[in-house]
Amino acid sequence: MTMEAVFMTEIQAAVEKAILLHGESRSELIPILNDVNHALGYLPAAALEEISFRLKSPRSALFSVASFYHMLSTKPRGEHVIQFCESAPCHVVGGREVWQTLREQVGLEDGETSADGKWSLITTSCLGLCGVGPVIVIDEDAYGNVKPDQIADILAKYTD
Amino acid sequence: MKMIRSMVLVSSDPVSMERGGQSVFDTLQSEIRRFGIQDEISVTQVGDVGRHDALPAVIVYPEAIVYGPVLPENVAFLVEEHLYKGRIADNLQATKKELTGKIAWLNARKGTMPAEQRIVLQRAGIIDPTNIEDYILSEGYQAIGKALADMTPKDVMDELKNSGLRGRGGAGFPTGLKWTFVADAKGDKKYVICNADESEPGTFKDRLILEGDPHSIIEAMMIAAYAVGADEGYLYIRGEYALAQERVKIAITQAHEIGLLGEHIFGSDFSFDVHIHGGAGAYICGEETALLESIEGRRGEPRARPPYPTTSGLWGKPTLINNVETLANVPAIIRNGAEWFKGFGTPSSPGTKVYTILGNVNVTGLIEVPMGITLREVISIYAKGMKNDATFKMAQTGGSSGSIVPASLQDTPMDFDSFQKAGVALGSGALLICDDNNCVVDLAKVLQNFFRKESCSKCNPCRIGNERAFSILENISQGTGTMQDLKDLMLISENLKELSNCGLGQTAGTPVHDILTHFRAEVEAHIKLKVCPAGVCPMSGIRL
Repeated sequence: MTMEAVFMTEIQAAVEKAILLHGESRSELIPILNDVNHALGYLPAAALEEISFRLKSPRSALFSVASFYHMLSTKPRGEHVIQFCESAPCHVVGGREVWQTLREQVGLEDGETSADGKWSLITTSCLGLCGVGPVIVIDEDAYGNVKPDQIADILAKYTD
Repeated sequence: MKMIRSMVLVSSDPVSMERGGQSVFDTLQSEIRRFGIQDEISVTQVGDVGRHDALPAVIVYPEAIVYGPVLPENVAFLVEEHLYKGRIADNLQATKKELTGKIAWLNARKGTMPAEQRIVLQRAGIIDPTNIEDYILSEGYQAIGKALADMTPKDVMDELKNSGLRGRGGAGFPTGLKWTFVADAKGDKKYVICNADESEPGTFKDRLILEGDPHSIIEAMMIAAYAVGADEGYLYIRGEYALAQERVKIAITQAHEIGLLGEHIFGSDFSFDVHIHGGAGAYICGEETALLESIEGRRGEPRARPPYPTTSGLWGKPTLINNVETLANVPAIIRNGAEWFKGFGTPSSPGTKVYTILGNVNVTGLIEVPMGITLREVISIYAKGMKNDATFKMAQTGGSSGSIVPASLQDTPMDFDSFQKAGVALGSGALLICDDNNCVVDLAKVLQNFFRKESCSKCNPCRIGNERAFSILENISQGTGTMQDLKDLMLISENLKELSNCGLGQTAGTPVHDILTHFRAEVEAHIKLKVCPAGVCPMSGIRL
């Protein structure tokens, strides 16, 4: 099989699994998109098309939903996604310095993905971990009380 | 039956897990077996225990000794010393002076700290949230039993009205009244929704309740459904709260297994079921009509009101929407009565309030105290003072959309009416405390940036106003602002409040309005002297 065909099989499997779990209903759209996004790392156009066909909802409606929510992405993201909380509680306890260092060390600006596809850097609103700010979340790991000089060590955990 | 002599709790919030909390838990169990004392000691993983300075934390009851941060390699020593030999392992104890949350409350009973009063957090951190038996043993599901056996739906609503409970999501609307609106609405199908899309920056009280005591919310939703005549409920939990979603899922399954959810509950005519609906990351979905749109599978754009959700909500049916903290009060009120509840707090705002304490203070975390406590009391007693003995400059109450409270208002009692009289809003209970190293322009910029990104962009005042306010603040922070900019900011703030469709836009201008009211001289210094008095703003002379 070509790479594309392999990818199409993956997409169909992810969509099938999500629809089986949540049901073929428009009201389950967001849970379905969440699952597919989680399985594939983002929502490829082909996946939206497949879901649109299955739920009998227009593609435009699906795209409008997929582009609205922060946790859904219509573009491919890096292997590891770094989320930095830019809300006020993290900001006043040293978030500004952490953000500066983080940008320098991964060499990316907000919303960018590195050329080798390893990192994506995004800012996010409050994650509800304010008691231990500043907070960085990499993939599903939360790091609290982050100081600028710890960032190199944290990032090193993801080099394999 | 086993005789348990010690109960050991291990924190399992995301930060603890990241720092090896799972391994601490596993090692504890194997070490306890190695000493052969597994029948005398219970070990439980609990959610967030409030000790954010000492994670992962291990708490041993009945002595209520807090150990932390505990590393997996410390566990063998801890088990041998404390659980086997009965001596406190001093070197592993968390620093005593930094007491907060649950621990402050436990120590209060020993007379060392001012007491917290816990209603909504009474079980969080004490029971095993994944075990329904723990909940039932601590008075759980008694309230719904009482309601179904002895009370008519009207009795339930009257009790709630008498209690004076007001919504804890921020607006402070009387809860009992809202329930009667839904009960009186015409329609054979009604819904009850718990709003757990807690995205207000600095607020994590709902996460704590859902992670630590999920059954209390299910019970409260059952009571609400019985009162208003609904048979179906939704728990809308924000997408970022993975652990909370998991805990609630377990709780719903367990409640089904023993017949507390489903058809003919307790043999009555009342049937009820709950679904979880996870969000996908959008601050606006905490707005109740945006939340409805999101459950129906669309963009979270608020609806025009009226009609209010109480008459036309989810799929056009009458719908009751309550915040997690509001609901968490309900079972206790039904169990103990309205008079008991009125014994807490102030006459116009009875009950307790959960506050999250954040910012430049010695102790951050979560407290539940009676309504009407002052900011000064919170800072000096619960937060143990300002970090590095800096001077208190301002606090932001209630998250991004809340008010900025200057030091001169720190003795105003924090209840709905006193705050309203002082021209500030209580909001969701986040208290972001800032010292004099913070610049008001910089803070306003961060907050405006938040609204600029979180606006759903449906209506113009909010979409354009927040962008414009942000760029003006950016200019002021670069030293290129003008006095006209300040007039424009005030106008934008007014327009946001008057013209926006929903609560997000209506409150988005509050922080800017407040800094221009209370800290005008500091803002003007940026413009007239081209100096940032706190030394925070870049002042690089760039104008957008």
